[in-house]
Amino acid sequence: MALEMIKGNVAVAETALRVGLVAYFGYPITPQTELLEHLSARMPELGRAFVQAESELGAINMVYGSACTGMRVMTSSSSPGISLMQEGISYIAGTELPAVIVNVVRGGPGLGNIAPSQADYTQMVHGGGHGEYHVIVLAPASVQEAVDLTELAFDLAEKYRMVVCILMDGYIGQMMEPVELPPFAPLRTKAPSWAVGAEHPEGERAVLTSININPATQEIFNVKMMSRWQEVEKEEVRYKGYYLDDAEYVIVGYGTAGRIALSSVRAAREKGIKIGLLRPITVSPFPVEVLDKLVPGKKGILVVEMNNGQMLDDISAIVARRVPVHFYGRMGGMVPYPDEIDTAIDEMVHGDYDVNRDARGVWLAKMRELVGTGA
Amino acid sequence: MQSEVIISGFGGQGTLYAGQVYAYAAMDEGKHVTWIPSYGPEMRGGTANCTVVISDEEIGSPSALHPRAVIALNLPSLDKYEPLVAPGGYLIVNESMVNREPTRTDIHWLMIPANAIAQELGNERVANMVLLGALEANMKALPEGSLEKALKGHTAERLQKFVGLNIEAMHRGAEFKVD
Repeated sequence: MALEMIKGNVAVAETALRVGLVAYFGYPITPQTELLEHLSARMPELGRAFVQAESELGAINMVYGSACTGMRVMTSSSSPGISLMQEGISYIAGTELPAVIVNVVRGGPGLGNIAPSQADYTQMVHGGGHGEYHVIVLAPASVQEAVDLTELAFDLAEKYRMVVCILMDGYIGQMMEPVELPPFAPLRTKAPSWAVGAEHPEGERAVLTSININPATQEIFNVKMMSRWQEVEKEEVRYKGYYLDDAEYVIVGYGTAGRIALSSVRAAREKGIKIGLLRPITVSPFPVEVLDKLVPGKKGILVVEMNNGQMLDDISAIVARRVPVHFYGRMGGMVPYPDEIDTAIDEMVHGDYDVNRDARGVWLAKMRELVGTGA
Repeated sequence: MQSEVIISGFGGQGTLYAGQVYAYAAMDEGKHVTWIPSYGPEMRGGTANCTVVISDEEIGSPSALHPRAVIALNLPSLDKYEPLVAPGGYLIVNESMVNREPTRTDIHWLMIPANAIAQELGNERVANMVLLGALEANMKALPEGSLEKALKGHTAERLQKFVGLNIEAMHRGAEFKVD
């Protein structure tokens, strides 16, 4: 099949409709708008539903309603818009509905800016909405991976009746790379048995709700949800490792930060430093066991993110002071150059420290110097 | 082998498009390639640049602090990127839009009156192709003829009538050779 050169945003949109997206609801926001724009043309062409909602709140609740039919539905937005959607995401999770949500993350907090960021990691991975629920979070590092993970997102959402988030950033959304798109899949014609409108043998009707007035039955539901999540943790971890076989040092980074770190890993290898890269593709479920097995015998682990060290907290818990942990991050929509990570690697390899080092504190002191604030 | 190229100028000078032509050509040659714009509210007259990375292996960073090559279509771009070009790299300057030559001695640079050449060809908008043709003829990131093939192969039917002009512009640029 011929390769096409398209932006990440367009690639996700085109893939979604090829794998059977029936209805899209959204509201424009940079740096995600091409996704919505592409679907605004393509969905009506194919006789499917495209709705530009009055707001992100409208969009997510339209997703909630239409997901009850068991058909493939999605929305997309960027950070501030995703914040507005959190209530709806919790309701969708509480109703056990499959839905795909794309977050093309930008610099924040607040209105922030339109530059690439990973500042929504904690929001997507550790909740965001109220109550206890988990979202499967997929973090593509290239346009092709965005295509592949969009296809996977719908499959996982349906398999586990769960919200799946594609966590990108402005770089992945705006970047063009050659991609191979999936072929058109036939649309599903029959609703799954749990869905509204499904044919039920005894004439009983599906009731889909997140209301659970009785705490005891709510708890039963919560146990069921948590057990399902345990299964997801067991079955659905995905990651990519680079140069890990003989690595004495390991970088962990996902998405854009992960691929930028790859440049630095190669540069360090050329200098004779035995370093590898672990790039989580599912940041939720996190490749806990993979990292856990990598830790023993390592001389250092460097976490690279485009935020203040949100994944760093998760990784520190896994490493549990067995080896020293280092951190390098940029915030606010700033994207690190490989040169900056090169320096962080040099400091890790040549520095004097022990397992009790305060990775975030050391980094933040350097950041104060870099941006020139004594605050 | 990896080449990072930044193409920078005012919005409306075709910086993003020139990068896309390069990226398409690289894709057609089976290379790994990324194209990333400085996205934002740039409109005609604002600043616009893109970074193209062409590589034989999976590309890490799609941006580069010290690119192998820069095409500077205006003076702010020359001022910003001249110090950043990697030693031994290439700096292709649109002489029509600047008032000085580069001063670095550790890179290859060319001054090309791209707007004047484009005007001679009858359309000032192909200045970007003059400069792109000049860069590739000297840096040779791709096999000869790749850019021409990409232009022919990836231009919409209704715009095919402009392909000849664009190719001519590239060829005029390719006549400029670094020492």
